[in-house]
Amino acid sequence: MKTEKVMGSRHEKEGLATEVASLLINNIRDYAMYVALAVIFLIFTIVTKGLFLSSRNLINLVNQTGYVAVLAIGMTLILIIKHIDLSIGFVAGFLGAVAAIMLMNGWNVWLVIPTVLICGILVGVYQGFLVTKIKVPAFVTTLAGMFMFRGLLSWVTAGTGTIIVRDRTFLQLSNGYVPDIPWHLWKPVAELFATQTERAPFHLLTMIVGVILVVVMIYSQIKHRQSLKRYDFKTTSLTIFVIKQVALSVLIMVISWIMASYRGIPWTAVIVTVVLLIYNFMLNKTRFGRHIYAIGGNAEAAELSGIKVNRVTFLVFSSMGLMAALAGMLYTSRLASATPTAGLGFELDAIASSYIGGVSVGGGVGRVTNTIIGALVIMSLTNGMNLLGVDISFQYVVKGAIFILAVAFDVTTRNKAKV
Amino acid sequence: MNKDLILEMRSITKEFPGVKALDRVTFEVQRGEIHCLVGENGAGKSTLMKVLSGVYPFGSYDGEIVLNGEVQEFRHISDSEKKGIAIIYQELALFPELPVYENIFVGHEIMNGSVIDWNETKVRAAEVLKRVGLKIDPNTKIKNLGVGQRQLVEIAKALSKDVDLLILDEPTAALNEEDSQNLLALLRELKTQGVTSILISHKLKEIVAVADTITVLRDGTVVTSLDATERKIGEQEIIKHMVGREIENIYPTRDVTVGDVAFEVKNWSVTDRVSGREILHNVNLNVRRGEVVGLAGLMGAGRTELALSLFGNVPGYDISGGEMYLHGKRVEFKHPADAIEAGIAYVTEDRKANGLVLIQDVKFNISMPALEKLVHNMVINENEEITIANEYRESFDIRTPSVETVTGTLSGGNQQKTSLAKWLFAEPSLLILDEPTRGIDVGAKFEIYSLINRLVAQGISIIMISSELLEVLGMSDRIYIMSEGTITGEIDAKDATEENVMAMATKTVEEAV
Repeated sequence: MKTEKVMGSRHEKEGLATEVASLLINNIRDYAMYVALAVIFLIFTIVTKGLFLSSRNLINLVNQTGYVAVLAIGMTLILIIKHIDLSIGFVAGFLGAVAAIMLMNGWNVWLVIPTVLICGILVGVYQGFLVTKIKVPAFVTTLAGMFMFRGLLSWVTAGTGTIIVRDRTFLQLSNGYVPDIPWHLWKPVAELFATQTERAPFHLLTMIVGVILVVVMIYSQIKHRQSLKRYDFKTTSLTIFVIKQVALSVLIMVISWIMASYRGIPWTAVIVTVVLLIYNFMLNKTRFGRHIYAIGGNAEAAELSGIKVNRVTFLVFSSMGLMAALAGMLYTSRLASATPTAGLGFELDAIASSYIGGVSVGGGVGRVTNTIIGALVIMSLTNGMNLLGVDISFQYVVKGAIFILAVAFDVTTRNKAKV
Repeated sequence: MNKDLILEMRSITKEFPGVKALDRVTFEVQRGEIHCLVGENGAGKSTLMKVLSGVYPFGSYDGEIVLNGEVQEFRHISDSEKKGIAIIYQELALFPELPVYENIFVGHEIMNGSVIDWNETKVRAAEVLKRVGLKIDPNTKIKNLGVGQRQLVEIAKALSKDVDLLILDEPTAALNEEDSQNLLALLRELKTQGVTSILISHKLKEIVAVADTITVLRDGTVVTSLDATERKIGEQEIIKHMVGREIENIYPTRDVTVGDVAFEVKNWSVTDRVSGREILHNVNLNVRRGEVVGLAGLMGAGRTELALSLFGNVPGYDISGGEMYLHGKRVEFKHPADAIEAGIAYVTEDRKANGLVLIQDVKFNISMPALEKLVHNMVINENEEITIANEYRESFDIRTPSVETVTGTLSGGNQQKTSLAKWLFAEPSLLILDEPTRGIDVGAKFEIYSLINRLVAQGISIIMISSELLEVLGMSDRIYIMSEGTITGEIDAKDATEENVMAMATKTVEEAV
């Protein structure tokens, strides 16, 4: 332990340049992803003459990313334990259509949502059963699922074609915003600072949430840093730490401002955030999460360490089904309709998002927080190219190229780390 | 002595980022000798052989390689193979689903025009098999062969390439006593046919028996090169050079009073579901509190199968009969989780394959089997985890920069200590150790033995499966000997000798013949 202390102090003496360099080298994989996202944002902003970075479009991007992000979170777990799920696209499409049909038949929306979520779990249970008990490889099980749910989707939409959804609450899922604090409550305060206005100048609640987020983030980072110090683990120097916190705070406030100056926080963002927080907590803080990483790292060692590999695998597939159901409803809500082709290629976006987000192709490694960035990369590409009117066929080529670049980069950096 | 050198490696230096793996190593091999290369793990033996065979290509190291008087620049394994060097690794590189004759000629197939001449292949395969003394049908698939036979097929493969210099990296690590002896006899036989061998081994007894020259490496430099043809070199002398100090007793003494029976297995019989073959037949054994019970036997005697079938039966055998008693109470385990909960731990024979999660850090691995001890209100207490991992790191002397270091980067001995720490965190009353010192160096072995002594002093019972006879004799209070799935003998350690244990280990084998 003494040596670490020495190293720590040496770090501070060697100065910032060396520390930044070593941080870059050690976290090249993560930083590359952020840089890629920033570059994509920059290029699209320039090419679309700022349109890409408009509040309206960014909110649109968030709503577009929602269903892919949810799928990708579920997929991340599947990929960590070295399985795959090809069926989720059409499972989502089919369950979205089921929701639309229920609503069309006059079901209450608060009954429809839990029912569809349970259906999703059942789909996961069915596939998980085949994979763990019958020992059919996941690739085959879910490929068959892909056929079946595609068929079911066209079957249930065969009579009606596209099913329009009119339920206002359901439509809010992907098109609505969290209501603001009523304007008349904070109008007197606002008028102290500015000239009289008729309408609220921005979405107050969004800004409040932004500030809370910054406070919570800084607090938890400081706590984390303290615990690292307590155990003599290597920490970044104070300068770097402060710079990082300031940069992140600015970023959060900028994003909050962008949303606040439009219509506030979309419900999709709330839903994705809640899902993300739950999954992140589960993976990093609970036994279940540890078991997932252990199985992905070495399934035999995990089994012999008393981890019930089959049960964990089964639960991971069930969670995937649940996420597919949620994604299906988000998508149906967003289009305000269920279409016979809904879900086509979603699984590919979800898999690509996970891998771009740093899930190892060898399993055992991956974070849902990074998967979200991966989903943003994929969906900003889609969004930006749509803005530019790029042909859909060419879009696939670009996405595929970015995907393989990301994975190739990942594999090379990991191989280097081994030596 | 007349110097006819087949190989000269002059002042070889090989650096990895941050480490000098080899530092001006000069290594000379006489034509037609058996040259043994020894040293602790990490001393640079394998690195030196990888430089020689071209795995580390010319240019990635300093110094020069002279083979048969010519300076060589190997850029790939195939370059060294062309010059008559063949290297046989610890992990065998055979195709289990292919027959022996195909395996022997894979990569240098005998061609007739543009098609493979299978008839000629089979004839030639039979010839080299005869040369290595393997009496099997060349059509047998590799998966149906034992480890010892596979090793011989590897050598046959090398001979089929007209090899002058044969390098064997730990060839007997996975072999039982008998197969090891056969292999060493074969090396001597090949010597008479003019083949030069370089043998890397941890088994000093074998080295003493077979070596003409012994070169000892330590920390990337040559400590000494001993000529074993002029005078007999003893194991103690080699160890002294390897570790740079004398270890007087390899097996530390202990003073523990053995208590009551803690664990007992009665009439345990197990059948393999797929083949329907009975793997274990009527096994009876018991362990007392604070006792080390050795489980000796040849490879394939069923010792690992016994451990696995007792410990939650992961391979899914059909337990056709028998009972298990823990502290007098009958127990049954459907999953390792049940066995762990009851207080049994099983340290696997292959820590890399099924012992550790190598891509995760030390604390992750240590907390894995008993994670629930760290969970409060569903949340893992990570601070407590670090504290506990640090305690084990200190008390077991796990040499790692931090408990957040990835286990895959640790040396074999430290991985094994991590593996032990992991299981002790689960607080077992019975510890089953399967080949606890395989592939680790002398210094680390001594530490593992000391640990075992500390554990029994705390009242833990230990079943130690080991293929190293001396280890079983040196560490056990009592020894069971297994052969062909059944216990063929039980003997008190003070009455045990290598001869009588070996006799029981080969008992049914001989009877069957």
